[in-house]
Amino acid sequence: MQSQELNLQPEPGRKQASGTWWATLRLPLLALGGALALTTLVLLSSGVSPLQAYRILIFGAFSTPVRFSDMIMLAAPLLLCATGLTLTFSAGLYNLGVEGQLALGAVAAMLPLRLFPELPPALLWSLCFACAAAGGALWALLAAWLRLSAGVSEIFAGLGLNFLASGLALYLVLGPWRRSGSASMSGTELLPRELWLPTLGALRLAPLAPLLALLALALVWWAVRQTRWGLQLRAVGLNRVAADRLGVPAQRRIAEAMAGCGALAGMAGAIQVLGVFHQLIPNISSGVGLLGLLVALLVRADPRWVLPVAVVFASFTVGSVQLPLALGVDSSIAGVLQGALVLFALLARGLSRRVTG
Amino acid sequence: MDQVTIFLAAVLAGAAPLIFATMGETLTERAGVINLSLDGTILLAAMIAFAVALNTNSLLLGFGAAALVGALIALVLSFLSLSLRQSQTAVGFVLALLCTELSSFLGAPFVRVPGPSVPFMPIPGLASLPLIGPILFRHDLAIYASLLLVPLIWWLLFQTRTGLTLRALGERPQAAFARGVPVVPTRYLVTIVGGALVGIAGAVYSLDLKQGWSYRHTFGAGWIALAIVIFGGWRPWRVALGCYLFAALEILALRMQSVLPGVPTQVFQVAPFALMIVVLALVNLTGNPRVTRRIGSLPPGLRQPVQALVSRISAPPPAALGQPFERP
Repeated sequence: MQSQELNLQPEPGRKQASGTWWATLRLPLLALGGALALTTLVLLSSGVSPLQAYRILIFGAFSTPVRFSDMIMLAAPLLLCATGLTLTFSAGLYNLGVEGQLALGAVAAMLPLRLFPELPPALLWSLCFACAAAGGALWALLAAWLRLSAGVSEIFAGLGLNFLASGLALYLVLGPWRRSGSASMSGTELLPRELWLPTLGALRLAPLAPLLALLALALVWWAVRQTRWGLQLRAVGLNRVAADRLGVPAQRRIAEAMAGCGALAGMAGAIQVLGVFHQLIPNISSGVGLLGLLVALLVRADPRWVLPVAVVFASFTVGSVQLPLALGVDSSIAGVLQGALVLFALLARGLSRRVTG
Repeated sequence: MDQVTIFLAAVLAGAAPLIFATMGETLTERAGVINLSLDGTILLAAMIAFAVALNTNSLLLGFGAAALVGALIALVLSFLSLSLRQSQTAVGFVLALLCTELSSFLGAPFVRVPGPSVPFMPIPGLASLPLIGPILFRHDLAIYASLLLVPLIWWLLFQTRTGLTLRALGERPQAAFARGVPVVPTRYLVTIVGGALVGIAGAVYSLDLKQGWSYRHTFGAGWIALAIVIFGGWRPWRVALGCYLFAALEILALRMQSVLPGVPTQVFQVAPFALMIVVLALVNLTGNPRVTRRIGSLPPGLRQPVQALVSRISAPPPAALGQPFERP
């Protein structure tokens, strides 16, 4: 059930024969058309005008500066997770534990905030990000260890660790780190204002977050596509046994990919704490990790497409927040559209393989 | 009724949906296909079952709709992975998320609406037997069905020719193909039947055990079911044992809360997941060369019993699980 059947790498031997626009656009158009058809059907079935819903879903995030900055603050951690998953997918792993790695990063980011609140903010933030990266990497290495030494599929190890990490966050919020007064599901005490990541004016947009995410993407892009290490990583992903025979330290590369992904997911957790929620809440990941998995699956771990797809997915989610008020329907239609896009992309890929192969 | 019988009866009832889901998944995986969409399938089926039963006032239609939803999702999974050769893991995962979101969107009008539920139906005569009466025979039809399903699946898998063929699909599909079994169509069939059982699990939640519908109504049940199938080593009786152990643990966790009021509820809710990881590690022991070596270096008196214990606990998956079928 592991690496051999993974098929995320672009297939070098199967370039489109002709350069016509139809050959290049066929797959994306099929995926988009199918996803829109399914989503439209779902919208119609609950009596909503699909056009109005799409207008809000697609353009809602760009309608006001406030919403746009919300979108950027969702896209930043999403980009970090999807970037990290590029590493693990390249190594042929389904790191479903990314949610937990994000949550543990958020918990770890709280440690310096609680221990040394009197440090200068810049130093404190660096400490937070370092702790978050370490925490996320640790959680990912735990899953990698379970996979490599105990033979537990990383899918189940990751899922189990997700629940554990969210349990830990919940315990801390309701237990030792509860607000003075009574414990509350709404989270720990808000951070003092001067410890929030600096924002642009009164908006919630903290430029540091997207900058960090873009930097991570550039670094991973370079590492996976331009270095020997990245080549070995992809070799492990394509065929672990063959890579091992050719002298690639497969176990090491797998552990490194997991740790790298965990570190990036952990930093996404730090952004959630310092830049988005300004506190630790029980559901600190808010599904960003799972969304990151969808992004990575849709782009087949190709770093070129991670940024645009992450931005589009983030804008759907932010746009959908207005749906309940504007049209009286649940906002989860954004998730339906995102999931359908990935499902129909898989369908389109399968169909084209059938036609050309 | 004393505490113990009440507890055991609650365990049998609490495990019922998990039994349906895990038996469906055991069948599917025995034929070599992983249906990773369980969590979404259970949610969507639960929601549709509730909506249908509420609108038609027919429980039977509710259960039927749930089975249909499960079968349809399994059909999509089969088409994408068996016919179009996409990764079963990727397709299953995407379906899990998509169906979860669909259940939230389509189910919004039904949140906390009171609705029908499977009526309590003690079996006359048997229910008044001492001890086993209250444990086994004071439930409703869905729970009786779950009790019968386990031996049925065991019988199907291990006592019939069909079961032999089915298992061959998961272990050595090439050999089955050589003997004239249409591998891909049969895998389709088994996956769809398994999916229908998973769908019924959803209906058992929304129409029986956790009556009604709410956002993410069946918190994580599908992922648990997938783990229990591995824990059970793809053997129906052991899988069922896993379901009952899990249900017992859940009930104990609820009880613990009143004993230790300082610790929040949700912490107990995640305790089973920690256990799940440990158990999965134990189950995989024999596949691990390091463990084999370490057992080999034990003193001879110890080696035998440890070896026996390890091989009892561990259970290898079907050899061709999750792999696409290549025509020989």
